[in-house]
Amino acid sequence: MLEIKCPYCGKRSQNEFSYGGDASVKRPALEKEISDKEWDDFVYFRKNPRGKHLELWHHVSGCRQWFKVSRDTTTHEIHETSKINEEL
Amino acid sequence: MTQKYRLDKKGYINRKKLISFKFNGKKYFGYEGDTLASALLANGVHLVGRSFKYHRPRGFIGAGVDEPNAKVQLYNKEDKNEPNVLATEVELVEGLTAKSQNCWPSVSFDFGAINNLFSKFFPAGFYYKTFMWPKNFWYRIYEPIIRKAAGLGVAPLKPDPDRYEHKFEYCDVLVAGSGPAGISSALAAAKNGAKVILAEEKPRFGGSLLSDEVTIGNKNGKDWADESISQLKSMPNVIVKNRSQVFGYYDHNMMVMIEKTKDHLEKPSKFIPRQRLWYIRAKEVVISTGSIERPLVFANNDRPGIMLASAAKEYMKVYGVLVGKKPIIFTNNDSAYDCAIEFKKNGIDPLVLDIRKSSDSSIVKEAKNLNIKIKFSHGVANSKGHLRVNSANIGKLNDSKSSYENLENVSCDCICVSGNWTPTVHLSSQSGNKLKFNDKIDAFIPNQSRQNETTIGSASGAFTLKKSLEDGFSKGYELSKKITGKDTKSLPPTSNERSSEEHDKFWCMPLPKGKHYKRFVDFQNDVAVSDIELAVREGFRSIEHVKRYTTLGMATDQGKTSNLNGLQLVSNVEKKIVPEVGHTTFRPPYNPVTIGAIVGREVGKNYRPTRKSPMHSWHEKNNAVFVDAGLWLRPRYYKQGNETLNDAAIREATNVRNNVGVCDVTSLGKIDIKGSDSAEFLNRVYTNAWMKLPVGKSRYGVMLREDGIVFDDGTTTRISEKHFHMTTTTAQAVNILAHLEYYLQVVWPELDVNVLSTTEQWAGAAVAGPNSRDLMGKLFPNLDVSNETLPFMGFKEEDLFGVPARIFRISFSGELAYEINVESGYGIFMWEKIMELGKEMNIEPYGTEALSTLRIEMGHVAGSEIDGRVISSDLSLEGMLSKKKDFIGKRSLNREAFINPDREKIVGVVPLDRKTMIPEGSHLVKDNKSSLPNPKLGHISASCWSVEYNNPFSLAILKEGKKRIGEKLYALSPLKNKSIPVEIVSSHYVDPKGERVRS
Ligand SMILES: [Zn+2]
Repeated sequence: MLEIKCPYCGKRSQNEFSYGGDASVKRPALEKEISDKEWDDFVYFRKNPRGKHLELWHHVSGCRQWFKVSRDTTTHEIHETSKINEEL
Repeated sequence: MTQKYRLDKKGYINRKKLISFKFNGKKYFGYEGDTLASALLANGVHLVGRSFKYHRPRGFIGAGVDEPNAKVQLYNKEDKNEPNVLATEVELVEGLTAKSQNCWPSVSFDFGAINNLFSKFFPAGFYYKTFMWPKNFWYRIYEPIIRKAAGLGVAPLKPDPDRYEHKFEYCDVLVAGSGPAGISSALAAAKNGAKVILAEEKPRFGGSLLSDEVTIGNKNGKDWADESISQLKSMPNVIVKNRSQVFGYYDHNMMVMIEKTKDHLEKPSKFIPRQRLWYIRAKEVVISTGSIERPLVFANNDRPGIMLASAAKEYMKVYGVLVGKKPIIFTNNDSAYDCAIEFKKNGIDPLVLDIRKSSDSSIVKEAKNLNIKIKFSHGVANSKGHLRVNSANIGKLNDSKSSYENLENVSCDCICVSGNWTPTVHLSSQSGNKLKFNDKIDAFIPNQSRQNETTIGSASGAFTLKKSLEDGFSKGYELSKKITGKDTKSLPPTSNERSSEEHDKFWCMPLPKGKHYKRFVDFQNDVAVSDIELAVREGFRSIEHVKRYTTLGMATDQGKTSNLNGLQLVSNVEKKIVPEVGHTTFRPPYNPVTIGAIVGREVGKNYRPTRKSPMHSWHEKNNAVFVDAGLWLRPRYYKQGNETLNDAAIREATNVRNNVGVCDVTSLGKIDIKGSDSAEFLNRVYTNAWMKLPVGKSRYGVMLREDGIVFDDGTTTRISEKHFHMTTTTAQAVNILAHLEYYLQVVWPELDVNVLSTTEQWAGAAVAGPNSRDLMGKLFPNLDVSNETLPFMGFKEEDLFGVPARIFRISFSGELAYEINVESGYGIFMWEKIMELGKEMNIEPYGTEALSTLRIEMGHVAGSEIDGRVISSDLSLEGMLSKKKDFIGKRSLNREAFINPDREKIVGVVPLDRKTMIPEGSHLVKDNKSSLPNPKLGHISASCWSVEYNNPFSLAILKEGKKRIGEKLYALSPLKNKSIPVEIVSSHYVDPKGERVRS
């Protein structure tokens, strides 16, 4: 079970959180004309890297905040976590 | 009462307390402090079971967790039984009853032993090769036979009556194993201010100090261990636990430990759980799990009476039990001489066979001085005896150790073997440590730590006491300093031990000339040398494949005694060195763990939380039959007399259509939305327009996922300019909140909006039916409830006899209806007022079954239609899709599959006979006699008995949807063996224009 540092609450066990996928995905702006490929990339396509992965987690059984986690997908090492508006 | 093999004085058992127990139906005696194994051995019982494949007689090999054979089935007083328990780990208590496993009809006459006579037909991979064809034979013939013959224990049929609990703990340093290294590191770390947990799997602390002849400081090893443990126990920053095994090393230094809390107690209090599972998050982990002796391998090396030398010594030293009175000690190293000397000191003359040409170590000299008979360059070639070894064929090895110079028969009643030591690296490996092979000890040891883990003592390959103490103290100090920043250093005490020389790498004895006896490598899985050779010959190269093909190192013991010998063998056959062959993966748990302990308290109704509405007690008192709706318990119907579910649903729904009914809708998800951008936010998350919704009005909305699929629906009400009240379905309430939070926090943080779940804050009652307006007038005498002032989709706040209430004129039933919300604490007050004042209008409560009936015949969609596969137009909700604005999921709606005209869409279905209920899930087909697979046109999503038309009615998702209205099809349910001729009708079966809700 991972130990994840919520930027608001501190270190908590993984079972308080839910996983939110790739944090580098940017939703296209509303009303913006975009190609099918751009939209498909946003909705369906995710990289599945071996190693460092920037991802979102949600502190569902805690402060209900979404935040960013830099995690190694092979070792599960968590390098850093940050609030959504901070750079990682 | 005689325990013929019990020594007079030795051991740490309590001789004042005699204990009776039963094994295979026979009564025996032992002492408090015995294990089942030591007590049986004290009575001269070696035969404990039959082997897995060949049903060969088997006895004890080890004295603890390393035991591969002695698995027994335990029966306790409450008619509860437990399979696959190691007799070496069961502490003796009065009345304990155990039986051998895997034998029929009895352990000494086992019918399955016939497999042994035909053993040449059971080579490695036998099952794979033999039972491949014909295919249907597998299910009918092979599998049932194998199941009968190859069982381990018998799984209990009743639910586990015991209580197990979970505990969460945090510490600076967790020390796994209380041998000399473990105690040292715990002492050093604790004295330097660290919060320490010291875990020992056995009842007694001390590990090897319990049976080794050593001194530490000026005390003998065991006294030093006892004093150190008392010292640790007295420190407030230390938790010391025996009967507690750390069995799993998980991510981020999460360690899982199982503590046996009850079974060893004679009269346990009923409040004690049977076992306690500890989740321990440790900043640093010290692995001092020791090492396990390897067997030497020779022909028929599996007879009862042949065991590890370390185990024989432990039975003498700890339990005062002789494993035999005519022992042969067979070794390739010095450590087994400890065992020989112990026998000699107890008046027994052992014969030592040493594979080595010579040894000048102090321990060998000591043995010689005691006149112990030693034969160097000698070994056991074969053993004899039926249910117990009675003699050994021993011989002198030639120079190349490929054959014997001579062979002679020596009678014996036990053979104590030692093939050197294997560090217990399971936890290290589980942590991600890449092990390395140590040529000097012929075993893998931990190398590069991946997590905060340090292995010391013999688990690290350090086989001397001096090194174990030194490493223990220095690592305990270093690790604690890193965490506490303190600098109190304790020095290791001086120690005294016997010195030893190197072992001989030879361990697998040649067969006597011309013989084809089995030489076992893995006792638990009956894997012999010949099986591994065959696997390699047949082309299996990867050790993982050899493992699966031969079953080497599988099952409960996970190769504790067999892994390295197996690896050595594969490398010998392949002429490789062991590190090239590598090792199989160590996975948790290190030892089998009772499922009950893993589950803990989360059983039965505690499996998950139960959510109840504030009106729950009223429902109970009024004969409600409840149904699970997610975590909620909702009234399904209110039973009258001996009504069936169907009768009640029809009665309740009819009363709503004719008079008035009330339904508990508390479980609907409720989300409070506040902030100046609230309307803009709703405009983005719902498919329809929200900017112009006036204050005091509700609107129905549909949400999509970004992929265009319908996510959820519900009504949202504008309470004030910047304040909305959203409702979701019961099922999606949790997901919708997370969804909204995601968009507000991650995607559009610039919006000034806050969301908060208020599901539990409001009690909700839906009042529906033609009489509902009259009832509302009585409930709210000061409110003008006319259609003009409170029209469909109107909202008012008004006091309900002094209690602030929210009134929404919304309807799920399709009737004139209102929903009243009050603060949860007033829920029962509201409900009773509604029932009281509604009495004269013939009010009746209705449950979810009637609610379904009402919504189905009105064609309102719910979870059975919004099933994660449909888009708005499939549900005839395309009118809800705004063309003027963008919203979540809109860009996906022009996907090719979504604009395909023959998509499956919602319709209504009635049986032609107007009588037969159509089972939900039935498939709609054109021809009920078509060959299989019959092309499916759609499926029935929900069925009810229409109270309006008094015949069955269903909703379906059907290809081309409304275009088929009027067509005749068949509804097929192979599960219920039904084929029903049906007609397609509109999904809006009742009041298609929606006049009633607006009346
Ligand atoms: Zn948090």
